[in-house]
Parts: sequence; structure tokens; C-alpha cells
Amino acid sequence: MYTFEQLLNKNEEIWKAAQEFEAKSCEVPVETVRKCALNSLHAMKEAVKTGLNSTVMSMSGMCGDDCDRLQKYYSKNPSIFGHVFEKILEYSLATSEENIRMGKIAACPTAGSCGIVPSVLLALAEEFKKSEEEQINALLTAGEVGRIISGKVALAGAVAGCQAECGTASAMAAAAAVQLLGGNPKQIVNAVGLSLKNLLGLTCDPVCGLVEIPCVKRNPFMAIHAMCACEMALAGVETKIPVDEIVDAMEQTGQLMSPALKESSLGGLARTKTALELKKKLFNL
Amino acid sequence: MKQTSIFDVISPIMIGPSSSHTAGAVRLGLLARNIYNRPFQKIVFRLYNSYALTGKGHGTEKGLLAGVMGFGVDDRRIKDVFEHVENIDYAFEYEENFKKHPNSVDFIFDDMKIYGESIGAGEVLIRKIDDFEVELTGKYNTLVLVYDDVAGMISKVTTIIQQKNINIATLHCDRYSKGGKASMVISIDGELDARTVSDVKALDKVYFVTYVKKLDE
Ligand code: SF4
Repeated sequence: MYTFEQLLNKNEEIWKAAQEFEAKSCEVPVETVRKCALNSLHAMKEAVKTGLNSTVMSMSGMCGDDCDRLQKYYSKNPSIFGHVFEKILEYSLATSEENIRMGKIAACPTAGSCGIVPSVLLALAEEFKKSEEEQINALLTAGEVGRIISGKVALAGAVAGCQAECGTASAMAAAAAVQLLGGNPKQIVNAVGLSLKNLLGLTCDPVCGLVEIPCVKRNPFMAIHAMCACEMALAGVETKIPVDEIVDAMEQTGQLMSPALKESSLGGLARTKTALELKKKLFNL
Repeated sequence: MKQTSIFDVISPIMIGPSSSHTAGAVRLGLLARNIYNRPFQKIVFRLYNSYALTGKGHGTEKGLLAGVMGFGVDDRRIKDVFEHVENIDYAFEYEENFKKHPNSVDFIFDDMKIYGESIGAGEVLIRKIDDFEVELTGKYNTLVLVYDDVAGMISKVTTIIQQKNINIATLHCDRYSKGGKASMVISIDGELDARTVSDVKALDKVYFVTYVKKLDE
């Protein structure tokens, strides 16, 4: 089972197909697969909790206190988009800040993009009081989406740019959200397509070569982006280009992208005047 | 098609911030520890290229040290590992060398040097033990030996392993020169017992044998 089309043809809940496939290929019982997913889920919750209560800066001193800023702001000025929106923003920043201060996170799919799936999943689960089993189902759904994409595209900024890291994470988060809110497999796959399409070409140009700027603040943007895809898909909006073809386009776009924009920090944001000054200061050049 | 797993995309649970520069560094350290496989008081880490340049901001030094001390990728002690070191004299060196992989490191023990690369998404590869080329990923239990390049050595060693009904996944050999010293790296499915390892050790013309345990997923 390697394409989204094949997945849909199974006519089965995606999480079910995912756990069966995984159990078979690892030669373990389905319960073990669910247990491993639960471990990741626990790690995600812990990272959010720790991250919400910390203002410790990263070793470079560039990031680490924005989640606190956001929480203080919301405590006086509730978001015009409501409480779930606040939570998604806070949880994603909390997680990615936890990552850059050497806290413990679950890579999803990578460390730089670790705040996107958990924030959407956990904020919705809390808001709509979803059980642990339902949360595991949503995470397995996200995992299956990431797994299929990773079969065609290396999920690494150095190979395919940030479209493959944060882009994939946003598609995974959209899938988890649709699953959690009761959507069907077709809607899930459409959410994936809608999300991915909009992120093709996203570059990886981290300032000073560190997973901080733009990565940390990109996480909340991508989480909200996932919610746009989720709600459109739930409304019945469909992607005209089939998801498997979008994944192919992502792979091709990654190949066409200049190496200067793929984690080498030789172009884009990493080559701005301010980025170069930061680099000088940071590495005593 | 590549075999993929959902756990490649919803894990590992790790100490941040970077899978290649932090988790990869820990895994390289763990592998080096497993290869050396005996106590040590002194170690020098030589970091190359991107490891040397952005390592500080990514906790690469901490990761490497934590690894050789046996900490896992999700161990919270990594963040302040320097406070946990006891009786190990360690030092870091930095070098730009375009013949080396962007994310690579030498582990220099008193009597052994190990070179490894962090090849992306936390995956690692040990490529050299002293001057011998090897390929160790940490995904299999692996037997590594250095011996005099005499005829028939490969079949002697593989026979010992296969007698135990153990499947050999990969076999890699390298030598300095014909008749000189050579190395053999054998990845296996399953476990080797201490008896088998000492049987290999007991072979004539074998100098060095180490059984490298695979890394936990
Ligand atoms: S910009 Fe690059 S380093 Fe940062 S999250 Fe995206 S892919 Fe990772």
C-alpha cells in the first residue's frame, strides 16, 4: 500500500489500515503499534506542558520566549478566532520552543516541524473531549499520511526544502484534524492534498544554520494552515489534482530547487544582511 | 519502493533541536561506545564542517559526549551533560575539511579512532575504524574484526556464525594491501552469544574483534 489512491481503495478507516500495515511489516501485534503511538502522544503532551511554562532561551539566544508573550497577550485580548485558535498557536510555539531549548519532543515528521501535528491534535481533542483511543486514531492517520509521502520524498530540508518538513507536517496535521472531527477517508485525503498544494516550493533557509529562524514561528502558521485544509475538506471541497500527483510535484519541485535554498544557509533568509550579522556575532567570525 | 514506517514520521522521542545535529550526534556517540566496548578515561572529538560550525547552537558536542557515556536520544541529562561527566577527560577540536561529510566527527580514543557521519533524519553511519573502511548503521547487531589477510578467513568466520543458524544480513571487507591487515564487518539478524564471539577471537591471525550491539529504535 504505497499511494493515497490505493489507501482509499481499501474502503477502510485510514488508522485501521495504518495499524494493520505497520503491524504486519514490523511483525508485531496491532496493540504494540497503538502502544508506540501512545508513547509519542504522551511525549507530545509533555512537551506542550513543559513548553507553556518556560521562557528559557535557546543556546543562540535567538528564540524561546514568544509562547510566553502570546499567552500574556491572550489572557487580556482573547483571539478574535476563538479559544481553539489560541490553543493551537500556543501549543505549537510551546513545542517548537521546547525543541530549540534542548527539551524533549517527538519528531513529527522532523524536530524542526515538531509543533504542528501535536498542537492541532491536542487542541481539538481537548476542545471536543476526544478519548485517548480517538487521539491515537488521529495520530495513526497523520502517521500514515507522512509515511506515504516519505515513500516518494525524503522528508529533509536538505533534500527537498521545507515543503517536505513543515509542509508534510501541515498535511499530517490536517489529516489528524479531519479524523478527529469525524470526517471520512476521502475528506482526509482531500485535506492532505489541499494543504500540500499550497506549500509547494517552500524553501529551507535557516538563519545561522540553526533550526530557529524561521522554523520556530513557522510551526504555528503551519498548524493554522492545516485547519484551513481541514475545514474546507469537511465542507466537501476537493482537490482537483489527485494527492499522489501533488506528492510527485513536491518531489520534482524539491529537485528543481537550488541547493542554496535547501538547508545550506547559502541563500534566502539566511543570506540577509541581518542574518549575516547574527552569524558573525554568534560564531565569533 | 522504499520500506517506510509511520514511526519514522511520528517519532523518535528525542532531545531537540535537530535530528541530524543532536539525535544523530547521540547515536554516533552510542555506536562509537559500542564499538570501543571497554572503559575509557580519555576521548577527543574532532568535529568537521557543519558539525564544527553550527554544532554549538545545536548541542552537537553535548550529544556526542552523551552518546559515548551511554545516554539515549531522549535522555534529559543531555542538555547539561557536562555536569554529569565523571572520570572522563574530554576535548573538542574543530576542522573544516571538504573531503569529509558536512556532518561528521572523529572519536579519538587512546588506541582507536572512529569516524562517523550523520546522514540525515537521525540516521548515522560509522565509516572508519582506525584506517579500515566499514559501514555500520546501528540497525543490526554487527561483528567487526581486524585480521591478517590470509586466504579462507571469510569462510572460517561466516561458518562459525552460520553454524548457530544465524542469518548474515550484510558482509563488508576491506584491506590495506594484499597479505596485509584487513577488516570484516558482518551484520546479522538476531543475536550472537559470547561463545561465538570468543570462537571468532580464538581464530589464528585475528587481532581485534568487537561485537557491536544495534541501537534501540
Ligand atoms: S526551514 Fe529548514 S530547518 Fe527549518 S523547519 Fe523548515 S526544513 Fe527544517
